[in-house]
Amino acid sequence: MAYGVLFDGTRCIGCRACSVACKSWNENPAVIEKTPSVEGGIQGKAVVSDKTFTFMRYKEIGEGDDFKWAFAKIQCMHCLKPGCETACIVGALHRSSKTGAVTYDQSKCIGCRYCMVACPFGIPTYQWEERMPWIRKCTFCSNRWNEEELDHVPACVTACPTRALQFGERDGLIAEAHRRIDESKAADPAGVGKYVDHVYGEKEVGGTAWMYISSVDMTELDMPKLSEEPVTKNARTAMGTLPYYATGMLILMASIYFVTKRKQKIAAGKHEEKKG
Amino acid sequence: MKEMIETKKKFPWGTLILSALAFLCAGVLVQRYVYGLGAMTNMSDGRGWGLWISFDLYCGVALAAGGFTLAAIVHVFNMEKYHSVVRPAILTAFLGYLLVVLALLVDLGQPWYIWRMIFNPNIHSPLYEVGWCVMLYTAVLALEMSPALFERLKWRIPLRIIGFIQIPLIIAGIVISTGHQNSLGSMLLIMTHSLDPLWYTPIIPALFFVSAVAVGPAMVIFEGTLSGGVFGHKISREVFTGLGRIVSGILVVYLIMRVVDVAVAGELDRLFNSYPQNVYWWIEIVGGVVLPIILFNIPKVQQSGKGMFIAALLYIVLGLSLNRFIVSSIWLVIRPGYTYFPSWQEFAVSIGLVAWALMMFQIAVRLLPITKQHTEEEAKSEHGAPEATPAS
Ligand code: SF4
Ligand code: SF4
Repeated sequence: MAYGVLFDGTRCIGCRACSVACKSWNENPAVIEKTPSVEGGIQGKAVVSDKTFTFMRYKEIGEGDDFKWAFAKIQCMHCLKPGCETACIVGALHRSSKTGAVTYDQSKCIGCRYCMVACPFGIPTYQWEERMPWIRKCTFCSNRWNEEELDHVPACVTACPTRALQFGERDGLIAEAHRRIDESKAADPAGVGKYVDHVYGEKEVGGTAWMYISSVDMTELDMPKLSEEPVTKNARTAMGTLPYYATGMLILMASIYFVTKRKQKIAAGKHEEKKG
Repeated sequence: MKEMIETKKKFPWGTLILSALAFLCAGVLVQRYVYGLGAMTNMSDGRGWGLWISFDLYCGVALAAGGFTLAAIVHVFNMEKYHSVVRPAILTAFLGYLLVVLALLVDLGQPWYIWRMIFNPNIHSPLYEVGWCVMLYTAVLALEMSPALFERLKWRIPLRIIGFIQIPLIIAGIVISTGHQNSLGSMLLIMTHSLDPLWYTPIIPALFFVSAVAVGPAMVIFEGTLSGGVFGHKISREVFTGLGRIVSGILVVYLIMRVVDVAVAGELDRLFNSYPQNVYWWIEIVGGVVLPIILFNIPKVQQSGKGMFIAALLYIVLGLSLNRFIVSSIWLVIRPGYTYFPSWQEFAVSIGLVAWALMMFQIAVRLLPITKQHTEEEAKSEHGAPEATPAS
């Protein structure tokens, strides 16, 4: 059992209440921009940082002569097979199989930043300005809820006025997402409906706890186009072969040594014979 | 002795520049530890790994591969001909690894917590393997180097102990260091989508291994040519030619692996239409691999010290270092909205550490019997400074 959040782009109105709630729960200060960014319209600085665990991405999507807004809430996806978890040299990043939250433990971290490079969604961030910097990222509010009772859902979810964010068991959310897509299709005489028929995060990199349905393809909102294969697969296979590699190499080197040494001795012996 | 006096007379420009760089580096390091990484590097959330990882870790470890390649050639394959170069190669590797360790202590955000990796192992992390390999192989290299020190000090008992475990030690070193080369490649296996498909492949650990084996002898040719003048010991032409053949033989294997890999992945068309990535690929493969293979096999080049030097340099710079930079930085996707170019302080640290290593190399070559291996008897009978003895 694991939990997740379903983001429904057709319900989101881009109010950013979720970002505010996140800032206040995590006691993250506001980041005042020296140069306001205009890229993407009114979204402000479009990056996660050590002080911003989530933000709203706005895109103007052209529709004939007109355009429409499309939104995506960006934060840690809480992958089922997290690249960051496999990458971390000390296991400071860990996915709880109970809640599905991928959390970070700074009492283990050494600051190598491999997690930042390994995450397919570009999520972990670093306290670059600190003398003793730690990794920072969305915690899925795992310090808010009680694993037994699940009484407090993530702060961002509670703040959403349109229920565009829905928290629940992941399996249930997947079913709900497909139900909404199918229902909308059925209601549309053309059979298309208001959604793109794809639940982003259901299968991407082996599945993520956060999932998205929207009227536009999520890659148009700069979500990475990913295959279904977990990013951790090849690395884990490679690490699994390590003992065989080491043993094989050891035996190979030792045998080469004995063979060449023996040849040398035989050659030396012949030399002696000739002399004598 | 005469040579030493002669070198003393010349004004030591080289040493002066090296010390200036080394002290600049030390100054920048003070800034790093007082104000933190953000204050003096251009690394960002978009590019969490910068010049230090690409140059000091990825290139540094590969270029130190001479240590295990030469140790294997001489002590495992028993090709006695190359005996004269094995010790300089191991010294280079040892200093190279010290440099890697130092660079990592600069690059880690919390270097004072490095010991945490001992108590919190994540055996699935390729970096965990890298960490252990760095530590263990540095220790092995120190032990492999120690006979030079013991010979100098004429400590016969430790010398005998090391001599006794020499072969197991060298084999352990080969297993650990080749494992290290592989694991640096394994680290990239997680970047399934962020590393450009021309370079991302499940066999990247094997490619790292083969290219590292080839760079070992190439580095010996490179250094041997340079130090041949500096330290007054000559390496015979025959040794150079042989090393060149070894490099080109391994490079042929490497070339086949690279091309077949792209073909198997069905990405041959990318070699022509994925501009500008394909340009990097062609420079790397044609300039850094094919050209050295050809050069090393032209008899005229084999006869010329300069030719061998250029062939080795081509592979070291374009074939190996460019490759390591590409996979760890250039064609590893940067997060949208960010750019990265190293700050002068990052350059100062990388260059400064190399300056420290070069100075240590000079000192070591002066004080220790590096360019010539002394047998115990020789050490006993000799009283003069061993550094002046020309290697035969
Ligand atoms: S999105 Fe990135 S940081 Fe979050 S769990 Fe997945 S790999 Fe880890
Ligand atoms: S920076 Fe910390 S959390 Fe991230 S991989 Fe390194 S040790 Fe793990």
